[in-house]
Amino acid sequence: MAQVQTTGESFWQRLERRTQHGDTLFWGLTLFFALIVIGLVVAVGVVTYNGSALIREKVGWSFLFGTEWSPIDTDLAPASFGAWPAIRGTLLSAGIAVMLAAPIAIGIGVFLAEICPVRLRTPLSFMVELLAAIPSVIYGVWGVIVFVPFFTDYFATPISESVGASIPWLAGPVATGRGIMVAGIVLAIMILPTIAAITRDVLSLVPNTQREVLLALGATRWEVIWQAVIPYSRAGIIGGVMLGLGRALGETMAATMLIGNSTRIEESIFAPGVTAASLVANELTNANGPLHESALISVALVLFAITLLLNLAARLLIWYVNRGPVRGGRV
Amino acid sequence: MTIEASPVAMTIQQLKPFYGKRQAVKAVDMEIEPHKITAIIGPSGCGKSTVLRCLNRMHETVLNARAEGEVRLGSENIYAPDIDASLVRRKIGMVFQQPVALRTRSIFENIAVGLRLGGINNKAQLAERVEQSLHAAALWEEVKDKLNQAGAALSGGQQQRLSIARSIAVGPEVILFDEPCSALDPISTLKIEELLLELRRDYTIIIVTHNMQQAARISDKTAVFMVDRDSNEHGPQGVLVEYRGTREVFTNPQDSRTEDYISGRVG
Amino acid sequence: MSIRTSAPANYRGRKVTDTIMRGLSIVATLIAIIPLILIIGYVTIIGGGAITTDFFTKTYEPPAVSDSGFNLGDLGAPADANAVPADTNAAPTPIDPNATPDPFAGIDLGALTDASVSAEPNAPPVVTDDGAVPGINNDMGAEGTGVAEVTATGGVLHAIIGTLLVTGMALLISLPIGILAAIFLAEYPGNPVATVVRFCTDLLSGSPSIIAGVVAYILIVVQFKSFSAIAGAISLTLLMVPTIVRTTEEVLKLVPESVREAALAMGAPTWYSTFTVVVPTAIAGIVTGVMLAFARGAGETAPLIMTVLGSNNISFDLLAPIAALPLITYRYTESPYPGENTQAWGAAFILMMLVLLVNILVRVATRNRLQGR
Repeated sequence: MAQVQTTGESFWQRLERRTQHGDTLFWGLTLFFALIVIGLVVAVGVVTYNGSALIREKVGWSFLFGTEWSPIDTDLAPASFGAWPAIRGTLLSAGIAVMLAAPIAIGIGVFLAEICPVRLRTPLSFMVELLAAIPSVIYGVWGVIVFVPFFTDYFATPISESVGASIPWLAGPVATGRGIMVAGIVLAIMILPTIAAITRDVLSLVPNTQREVLLALGATRWEVIWQAVIPYSRAGIIGGVMLGLGRALGETMAATMLIGNSTRIEESIFAPGVTAASLVANELTNANGPLHESALISVALVLFAITLLLNLAARLLIWYVNRGPVRGGRV
Repeated sequence: MTIEASPVAMTIQQLKPFYGKRQAVKAVDMEIEPHKITAIIGPSGCGKSTVLRCLNRMHETVLNARAEGEVRLGSENIYAPDIDASLVRRKIGMVFQQPVALRTRSIFENIAVGLRLGGINNKAQLAERVEQSLHAAALWEEVKDKLNQAGAALSGGQQQRLSIARSIAVGPEVILFDEPCSALDPISTLKIEELLLELRRDYTIIIVTHNMQQAARISDKTAVFMVDRDSNEHGPQGVLVEYRGTREVFTNPQDSRTEDYISGRVG
Repeated sequence: MSIRTSAPANYRGRKVTDTIMRGLSIVATLIAIIPLILIIGYVTIIGGGAITTDFFTKTYEPPAVSDSGFNLGDLGAPADANAVPADTNAAPTPIDPNATPDPFAGIDLGALTDASVSAEPNAPPVVTDDGAVPGINNDMGAEGTGVAEVTATGGVLHAIIGTLLVTGMALLISLPIGILAAIFLAEYPGNPVATVVRFCTDLLSGSPSIIAGVVAYILIVVQFKSFSAIAGAISLTLLMVPTIVRTTEEVLKLVPESVREAALAMGAPTWYSTFTVVVPTAIAGIVTGVMLAFARGAGETAPLIMTVLGSNNISFDLLAPIAALPLITYRYTESPYPGENTQAWGAAFILMMLVLLVNILVRVATRNRLQGR
């Protein structure tokens, strides 16, 4: 025993002598790689910012609100880079997605955390999370080949032909079927799991005492959820919806394949449009000169900045919830 | 109120609480007298809180938990199939171990919540009932100027009295207290004990406590539960060993296990 | 007043609301499950049908067309390749759908890119791959072509190899960064740098994947004047690092403090205990995190469009364009040839199986780990 200890000690001593400042090195090494992660984010910011310098110089930030996107000089008009069609399409499709997905996803979160029998909780959670794992290009294929024809035949065409006559934003013609509405619906499916998982997580953090108080006052299960559980975790749920919005804004493939990629602004939500991400995906590799490329990069920069702000706000809200009950709650 | 006339507020007959297949406590028979404080004491794991939670059907809100037997409030069995648990809980209120202020609600709304559930939304009526309840819980003087502040900002002792006021507001006949002082400091505990003695005039009170001195100080009758370690194959079970006037239980225990317990030899 | 008669006036309404709202939450869950089953079902049935031996062993073969006026073989000739972009640049009008067959087919993209770049060394890469005219709906290609007698030929071996190569390379780059950064987070959790790193990983995993593509495009493709596998790998790195960092940090934090202390008590320095005790204890969890990152990376499409571009041949050249499964899925979905549509579903099927398998494996692995604790 004593011998083992002696050799052990000398081993460590030897090791320490050979690797003097080993821990400092270790600290420095891991810190270096941690800094690389920060560097990646900085690189994204710097590269996109520099890449968009040209358009800022030539046109200025006002190009974001220009309504004409025609990157090619023609005899009729010079090239014009107005990002508004893309920004409008992004906001519209993501807005539709969030409006459809948020209530449903919150319902899923409530069901998984509060109502679902325990035996079903894990498999159902897993299935909902699988929705998030499926690559977006698969949503695109499914959307193009299965969902678009279905939606066009049973919803878009009948709606645009009946009420569409009097309501311009529901008007036809529904040409290929691809458009802002279809993209919004598929995006909604894609962001369901994001919002649902966060809702479920923040609901399960609500202390049971909050539920019992309302139960003991004769509340129904729903009243407990609506009056105690959801108010308690309100901030976290909003955070989840914001993360979902962030995903819908930046989602590229499903939007590219489903929105129709038209930079004309049309009033109808059944009409094709374009999103910031799909515009970049479609045109960056075909950019018609440095100005076009720079305009596309600055669209990407704006997208990055928006998702950055959304993420920051959402993380703060979720952190605020996870921090626990407010000050003064306990003796 | 029927209680005034009757010598018995609640009757517990062959009550068997279960967690899944495991019967947590051997069949309990008790009669609760009106306008008295009945204490339930016993070592950890004897099922005293479980029994208490059976008395207003809060037990069954726990996963897989259920109860067999009869608990009558007056003459009505609260476990009768045509009786809704949420109505039972408005008649038999409950105050929990942890003081609970509903987050995101003001002091006023913390108390009004039960009234609103009952369909009272008239402002004047709410204000009146809230004030009455806060008076009854001896909290009015401390909070009357800050009714719109967050309930969660009150101290622990204040929050526990807030919880009591919230229970009182919906007009119960019986109030169940589940170790209401175990999370409080001695001064707050004293205030709650004084309050309980006050409340006895208007309500029937059942209190679970692991503090024998507390039971001796405030209760009129005491039920002693013990753990039976080798009662059946499902593991230990709680068992009611003695239920009599508090003075007799503490001065002249009939059961040897009670004697061991109150003299500090067990648990 | 008895309990039965004590019901408040609003009692019945509250009960109905309760039932309705609980029912709605079930409906909401079904709304999420139904598309999942539909998507998995469609991809499995149609995509599974595309899976043949050829699919895995052959590379791109131009569709054999019998009734059409044009010959795709012509488009495949490098001589014509330059004509395509030139054409589209000059003609900003919608192209007759019949004249745009699979925009991707038959064009030797490697040659094309090199040719266009070397012709104008100072200009950024011009229109290359799909003949798209910016601003004009070029989805028309999917409709209106009457080409029917096409047999599905060829396979996607080149894309499988491409995906493995690009994603594998991305994994090689992200592994050291991700794991060592995670070790920093787990070992020095209070360090202010750690907070910033955590936020940065959240930010990277929350930012659109196309941003990663744009950055790699600017940094690599524009600088080296060529689309390349390495550019794709670097864009995927941006997306895989955050996944690896977060999952590795989580599992490292699960290692009980006692294990660490046991090693430290023997006099071992921190770095020694980390590499010989902590990391080996958590290795199963780290591997599952890496697998998740791989599956996520393999399915990413948007960054690949602007980095690896695509190719019709098997390529191992890291500096040349390369094929990838998600690109096949994307481009062949729009193809007018049913045979290529089927291949799109087939590629989607492989990707989906990869994702499902990894997720189920991870599920099983983590469940065992939790049970073991």
